[in-house]
Amino acid sequence: MMLTKKRVALFAIILTAAYFLAFSMLPESIIGDRRGDDAKTAAQDPADPQSPDYTDAQSTGAPQTIIEKLTAFALFSSKIAFLAVAAAIGTIAFLLLIFKRKYVKAQIFTFNRYKQYLILLVKRDFVSRYRKSILGVLWSVLNPLLTMLIMTAVFSYLFRVQIENFPVYYLSGIIMYNFLNEATTLAMSSIIQSEGVIKKIYVPKYVFPASRVISSLVNLGFSFIAFLIVFVFTGVEFQWTMLLFPIPMIYLFVFTLGVAMFMSSMAVFFRDLTYLYGVFLTLWMFLTPIMYPMDILPPWLVPLYGFNPLYHFVTYFRNLALWGTIPDLWANMVCISFSLVSLSVGAYTFMRKQDRYILYL
Amino acid sequence: MEILEKSAIEVKNVSMMFNLSKDKVSGLKEYIVKSLKRQLFYEKFWALRDISFDVKRGEVFGIMGLNGAGKSTLLKLIAGVFKPTSGSITVRGEISPLLELGAGFDVEVSARENIYMNGAMYGHSKKYMAQKYDEIIDFAELWEFEDVALKNFSSGMVARLGFAVATSVKPDILIVDEILGVGDYKFMAKCIERIEGMISGGTTALMVTHDIELIKRMCSRAILLERGKVICGGDMKDVVAVYGDPGVCAGLEAGADDSQAKLS
Repeated sequence: MMLTKKRVALFAIILTAAYFLAFSMLPESIIGDRRGDDAKTAAQDPADPQSPDYTDAQSTGAPQTIIEKLTAFALFSSKIAFLAVAAAIGTIAFLLLIFKRKYVKAQIFTFNRYKQYLILLVKRDFVSRYRKSILGVLWSVLNPLLTMLIMTAVFSYLFRVQIENFPVYYLSGIIMYNFLNEATTLAMSSIIQSEGVIKKIYVPKYVFPASRVISSLVNLGFSFIAFLIVFVFTGVEFQWTMLLFPIPMIYLFVFTLGVAMFMSSMAVFFRDLTYLYGVFLTLWMFLTPIMYPMDILPPWLVPLYGFNPLYHFVTYFRNLALWGTIPDLWANMVCISFSLVSLSVGAYTFMRKQDRYILYL
Repeated sequence: MEILEKSAIEVKNVSMMFNLSKDKVSGLKEYIVKSLKRQLFYEKFWALRDISFDVKRGEVFGIMGLNGAGKSTLLKLIAGVFKPTSGSITVRGEISPLLELGAGFDVEVSARENIYMNGAMYGHSKKYMAQKYDEIIDFAELWEFEDVALKNFSSGMVARLGFAVATSVKPDILIVDEILGVGDYKFMAKCIERIEGMISGGTTALMVTHDIELIKRMCSRAILLERGKVICGGDMKDVVAVYGDPGVCAGLEAGADDSQAKLS
């Protein structure tokens, strides 16, 4: 049987549909659906942590024993893995529908060939940042740590906010926002800055924004270490669900990659966007519950936050790190959809425009 | 056998257009205002018009023409830096483009890092570059300067390093763009020797140079470009005769000045 474009796409759609169908038929096995009795007893508990922002998400009722927790992890991880595979097949099918198969193949081939260049670009970004400083790489942990300590001090003593564990609440949001901010801002100017290379040597253009996003991801890793240090020092109860932290980070990474590709290709044609986007980022920060709880918002505004992708990623991470709950299937689907739509739109725009960059540099 | 007889480079009806006034509109506001006022008229500049030729496997092919004739644009198209506005280019084999020596070098970092970086830009793995590293340093004669930042290098040293990195791999197709004018005569002789070595090893070469003697010595066929058009192509001797003809050259110059003015 010939593996045509249409057949692959059809196969992917059927697989994805079947997968979601299977998921919806087994609600009992999903960890997020342990409502019932657990939730009631937990609701009476005065030490009940802040309820998560998701209405669907399970606020309480974490499994009791470690074995139960581990089984829940295993179950959940396998489901997420399955979901990710289905989503990846869906994305490839989508790309195959837009582009010719030969083109997609060629792109994958060039990625292998230029992988080393991408790695070196990331390394260079990283090394050049702290070059000639005495503490060197140590700054990448020290820098966010010191900032975090200041913020912690400020929010613990100066501004008393009615949120339990406020410093950790704030930091869990701000590290994700900072990643998005840094990655997209650097990526936007990446094509313009690489003029010297682009005009003289053939290299696939996507390595430039991608390298910036990856080096920001490395920074996010260091911020995360700093976050953990603060976490320990403020004496917040450690939640086992924290171990699932790579999931929201992967969602955020894919989403950011899409935004970075889109913005970097647009910035080539309209340089003004760089400044406009900076303003937009500030606005974005305040439209995300990073330093305030969702409770302070008027009720009519809350549903609108559903349109903010960053809100979903941040809430996902807080559910894991602070509230000890695993977001349910719906929350995962929302995050995956935002990520994949962003990546598809970004990649599509980028590939469509990339041959014309050189004429505008 | 059939595959062997296919040409290494096939250029079919290639045209390349640049919009000259586009450079002036680089802001969103300006763009909107201008498109509302319908002032977005672009001055079309055809750097190349309907170019066709093919280069056979193992052949040394010359591209001649005065400044601004479109030679470098043509080479960049073949190297994949530009995409043609129309027409098609087929390249069979690995290209090593010597378009500009030291292209993509970062002056802030050492020669060593630049060698790995540049190698990666050409798509070579780290392992491969590690194998070639000593050979590159040897050829560039930069033993003492491995770890010196490139900003402290003389332009000759940079050119030597650039040539050494770009030719460290034995490519199927070599593109040489007027680079042999750099460096001292000793190094130049070394470069030419290496290029000739590659050619005798079966590498197809595409050469742009103003050095007629070099063309005569190395090329078998050539084309002559004038303001983006092929005015003469075929056997090297015929093309050199046209290029050297003072009458033709006088005619060329008038045109070349014109197109050069537009380019700048």
